[in-house]
Amino acid sequence: MAFAFIAFPLLMAALALAVPSNALRPWLLPLTGAIHAAMTILALMRPEWQFTSAWLVLDPLGKIILLVVSGLFLFCSIYAVGYLKYRMERSNRVFCACLLAFLGLMGLVAWSQHLGLLWVAIEATTLVTAPLIYFNRTKLSIEATWKYLLVGSVGIALALLGTFFLAYSSTGKGQEPSLLLADLLRSAPTLSKPWLHAAFVLLLVGYGTKMGLAPMHTWKPDAYGESPGVVGAVFAGGITSCAFLAFLRVYQICAAAGEGAFASRLLLFMGLFSMAVAGLFMVAQRDIKRMLAYSSVEHMGILMLGLGIGAPALYGTMLHVVTNAATKGLLFLSAGNIHRAYASKSTDDVRGAIRRLPLSGSLFLAGFLAITGSPPFGPFISEFAILGGAFAAGRFVVAGLFLLFLLIVFVGMGRTVLKVSLGRASAAADGIAYRDGLLTAAPVAALMALVLLLGLYIPSPLGALLDDAVRFLGGAAI
Amino acid sequence: MIELLNAILVIVLVMNLFALGTSRILAVIRIVAAQGALLGFIPLLVHERLTVPVVLASVAAIALKGIAIPSIMIRALRDAQIKREVEPLIGLLPSILLGALATAFALLFSGQLTLADPRTSTLIVPTSIATALVGFILLTTRYKAITQVVGYLVLENGIFVFGMLLIEAIPLVVEMGMLLDLFVGIFVISIIANHINRAFSSMDTRRLISLKD
Repeated sequence: MAFAFIAFPLLMAALALAVPSNALRPWLLPLTGAIHAAMTILALMRPEWQFTSAWLVLDPLGKIILLVVSGLFLFCSIYAVGYLKYRMERSNRVFCACLLAFLGLMGLVAWSQHLGLLWVAIEATTLVTAPLIYFNRTKLSIEATWKYLLVGSVGIALALLGTFFLAYSSTGKGQEPSLLLADLLRSAPTLSKPWLHAAFVLLLVGYGTKMGLAPMHTWKPDAYGESPGVVGAVFAGGITSCAFLAFLRVYQICAAAGEGAFASRLLLFMGLFSMAVAGLFMVAQRDIKRMLAYSSVEHMGILMLGLGIGAPALYGTMLHVVTNAATKGLLFLSAGNIHRAYASKSTDDVRGAIRRLPLSGSLFLAGFLAITGSPPFGPFISEFAILGGAFAAGRFVVAGLFLLFLLIVFVGMGRTVLKVSLGRASAAADGIAYRDGLLTAAPVAALMALVLLLGLYIPSPLGALLDDAVRFLGGAAI
Repeated sequence: MIELLNAILVIVLVMNLFALGTSRILAVIRIVAAQGALLGFIPLLVHERLTVPVVLASVAAIALKGIAIPSIMIRALRDAQIKREVEPLIGLLPSILLGALATAFALLFSGQLTLADPRTSTLIVPTSIATALVGFILLTTRYKAITQVVGYLVLENGIFVFGMLLIEAIPLVVEMGMLLDLFVGIFVISIIANHINRAFSSMDTRRLISLKD
């Protein structure tokens, strides 16, 4: 079954390359998404059907990431059919194939227990997603793709060096070096400390680049800004979650080696710094997609912060992975609709989105309230749990800064979003026929319902998964 | 064996400085290709016993780093019809000096890290770090898209050198995956570099400045 999670989407990607019809091809996306989601539910409910091998095991952390990726992909795949209908003028062959291959590789990330294999999968996601950013074939999208590839490849190369350092740190006591997570966790207390520290820093920078932590976030606004909204959604909820999972593995090893305090200092700094940088760039941001990219930087910072606080905040952090992915999907997809209705994503042209697109405009506004942590939405619960964890751990300065940065982001993002949503529809939208359709609006509304549900009540199977993940992480923590 | 290995590593370090010191892009690509091919021989020297994985890793590395990737890049260079790097951010002589400084730093830094096996060459770790740093210098101080790709390749070469310490730890599948990722990566980056050339009529990355806040 583990193998099917990787091979099935890749097969569908090959099929997408072979299908000649531009109109039929996008339907492979929701088909694959639905089967993948069904497989995910099956794997989660029936662990005895997982048929794991030493390298591919679905542990509690992998389960959450697989669930997030599979669910988000399903919503995005339905939206993508609607989106590609408006883009019939160009071939979507490569776009569909890359999106499907991307799903397979994210599955590999979630299942992989071998840090070398994990690295290969994450590097491969960089490569298959580059054509997605380049879909519009404009000068701006070339620039964005170039920056994404170069910054991403260098970052991921550093992660490889870090992986090597980590493997080498285990060679000291006459043991065979290994990159299997279980071996590394077992031998964690005997790992060579200088090598482990160097490995941790390199992996933080490397996978942090992929997550988009400041100051390695420079590719992010460009890539999210120039790619279709649906690509932004799978990036902000999918790739970032996968990179976070890779980093969680490293964190776990470091904590098991008794270096939790060393890791925590770096994580708190990176987390707060990312939030501060994101807040700074969100104030007076005139491009709605770039604004969402900075919001993604902020939320990656929140994840790092939660991890840095440690045991009391781990539940909130893992929940935040889920709520952030759902809310980012909602925001990017509705922003994509607004972009199309105005043929612009700048606040200079986009005004009165709620009048112009009653559904997408309202969902965008509600999504803004959700992502900035207003009740009664999901991110409020997870951010509140992280804040509570900070107080419980006695980190009052961190908690204070966390609240301050959340406030700055709220004000900065709010100015842009209110300008875009409220008021009279601007003239830029005149003469553009686009209206909310079933395929492009229903997935957004469904994600909204999910975000609201997570704010009101955590379904018990999800709660159990989160508890397992926290225990899995906390068992190794100090 | 270890003397031969050390000799190769010193040549790799000297090649770094050559790559920094020439403005003809074709020459830089050739130097880095030779460096990659030379690195491909190291697995054969590090291991007493020649097993199938070791030989396969070596052959694959030589074929990819020494032949396949450079030929992709030379073709991209020919399509773009450029010969020289425009004046780099810092001149050629300062970049050689910077490279030498990076090498010295790598030697000092790796002194802090103890090697597990005293029989291995003490030059592996400093060569790896120095080569990676030189890759960074090329990436950040050159303007032509294709030279930046060469910088990335040098960075990867540096990491490859470190991999020599751990060939048993990394299974063949993963090793091949890494090489394949590198190959596809360079391939995709070269395609985009070609598109840059077509869209902007130049491979000068200083033209890529439209996206900013």
